[in-house]
Amino acid sequence: MELLVDILSALSDTVLDVAPIVAILFVFQTFVLRRRPPNLRRVVIGFVYVVLGLGLFLIGLEEALFPLGKTMAAQLTAPQFIGAGWHGGREWNDYLWIYAFAFAIGFATTIAEPALIAVSLKAKDVSGGAINVLGLRLAVAVGVAVGVALGAFRIVTGTSLPYYIIAGYIVVILQTWRASKVIIPLAYDSGGVTTSTVTVPVITALGLGLASTLPERSPLIDGFGLIAFASVFPIMSVLAYASLTAWIQRLKERAEREKKQ
Amino acid sequence: MKSFARRSLRLLAAAIRDLMPITLVITFFQLAVLQQPFPNLERVLIGVVFVALGLMLFVRGLEMGLFPLGEAMADAFAKKGSLIALLAFAFALGFGTTIAEPALIAVTAEAAEAAADEGFIFATEKVMQSYAFQLRITVAVSVGVALVIGVFRILKGWPIQYLIIGGYLLVVALTAVAPPEIVGIAYDSGGVTTSTITVPLVTALGVGLATVIRGRNPAIDGFGLIAFASLTPIIFVLIFGMVMGGF
Repeated sequence: MELLVDILSALSDTVLDVAPIVAILFVFQTFVLRRRPPNLRRVVIGFVYVVLGLGLFLIGLEEALFPLGKTMAAQLTAPQFIGAGWHGGREWNDYLWIYAFAFAIGFATTIAEPALIAVSLKAKDVSGGAINVLGLRLAVAVGVAVGVALGAFRIVTGTSLPYYIIAGYIVVILQTWRASKVIIPLAYDSGGVTTSTVTVPVITALGLGLASTLPERSPLIDGFGLIAFASVFPIMSVLAYASLTAWIQRLKERAEREKKQ
Repeated sequence: MKSFARRSLRLLAAAIRDLMPITLVITFFQLAVLQQPFPNLERVLIGVVFVALGLMLFVRGLEMGLFPLGEAMADAFAKKGSLIALLAFAFALGFGTTIAEPALIAVTAEAAEAAADEGFIFATEKVMQSYAFQLRITVAVSVGVALVIGVFRILKGWPIQYLIIGGYLLVVALTAVAPPEIVGIAYDSGGVTTSTITVPLVTALGVGLATVIRGRNPAIDGFGLIAFASLTPIIFVLIFGMVMGGF
């Protein structure tokens, strides 16, 4: 019974989220474009699936993963757990489990992120299969993992956020300069795509938990910034992944040429 | 009907595969690191089943509804040939989907609390609420502007990197002069704006436009709308911090 109430409330939340989008689409379809979209029935059914699916997805997360993830973030950052470290929580390396958790949870939530699944499906369509969907998603996930772990390190050490992000931008600019034209827009997109439904709540809980445990940190000032890390690092990792596959391709071609000679 | 069932099963298998890592990570940390049993194990299991089914339905719905609609609209706008109508649609889509975004509402409320805490605004309910609301409007406008710029770029075929790198340089310059307290919130706001329903729709719109306009390559010109939507909020929120003064 309680579950049923949860389901209904999550579904009504999703419907409310979708309502402005549907309203905008409807207004432009009827008053500006003035024609019916093709296969209207199918599109409507698709929308119903999306709302139902996202609703179920969110209830499941609320029931299972979010409470656990948030409790875990709280427990791993609790003074008792950290105080058991070598230096009683005074040094950055007392927090190794937190970096490990940040890395693992960043990776895992990204793989489950529906928006990233959507973009990689589209990328596969458009590139005629030249872009490897799983490879792209793994590259993004590794980027988020490294980003969140480094972000946790930043909160622990209390170093300045802009330095990290600006250094990240510089690396992205250097990589862009060498990257192939096809991957650049997709890499830039991946930063915004990763931080959606699954990733944001869990890493926000991690950031707030960490900042409120550490004595000299203010949760409201130092708790921010993890999402920024999670948006910049995937850009780097996707560009790096593209360079890596291009490099391997070149090595293979050279090996084949040498074989022929 | 048979192919429908087979397709659904394949999607369900993919959903289970996608959820594997998060299940493993949580189990490992719970049992091995924190060394605690699972509270309400059956609730957790029911939750996981829901997540898997939900993901399967979502992907099916994308293929049937959101992707085709985004592309059909791109096609219809191109045929209509009115630039103003297309840009108005881009702005409305960006603004409308962001203003109601739950993640953004949460972040702006926290930001207002931070501002009150630091003594930049009065710590009364009304002042904080209006601060949070103004911040929300700022971010929503910035995403609307982002889609307008992004769509315009697709029409013109400009390479994306110059625009994005220019945006980065602007962020760096603004960071130097903006009040330090707003910086963390500004950097985060770029990530929270793009929701799970907006992303597929916007991507399909971009790819659709790049497909119908002659001389554009969907792979090169079609992507990138989301990138603008994650960059402009940072710039706008930094400016918001400067304008709100007091900081």
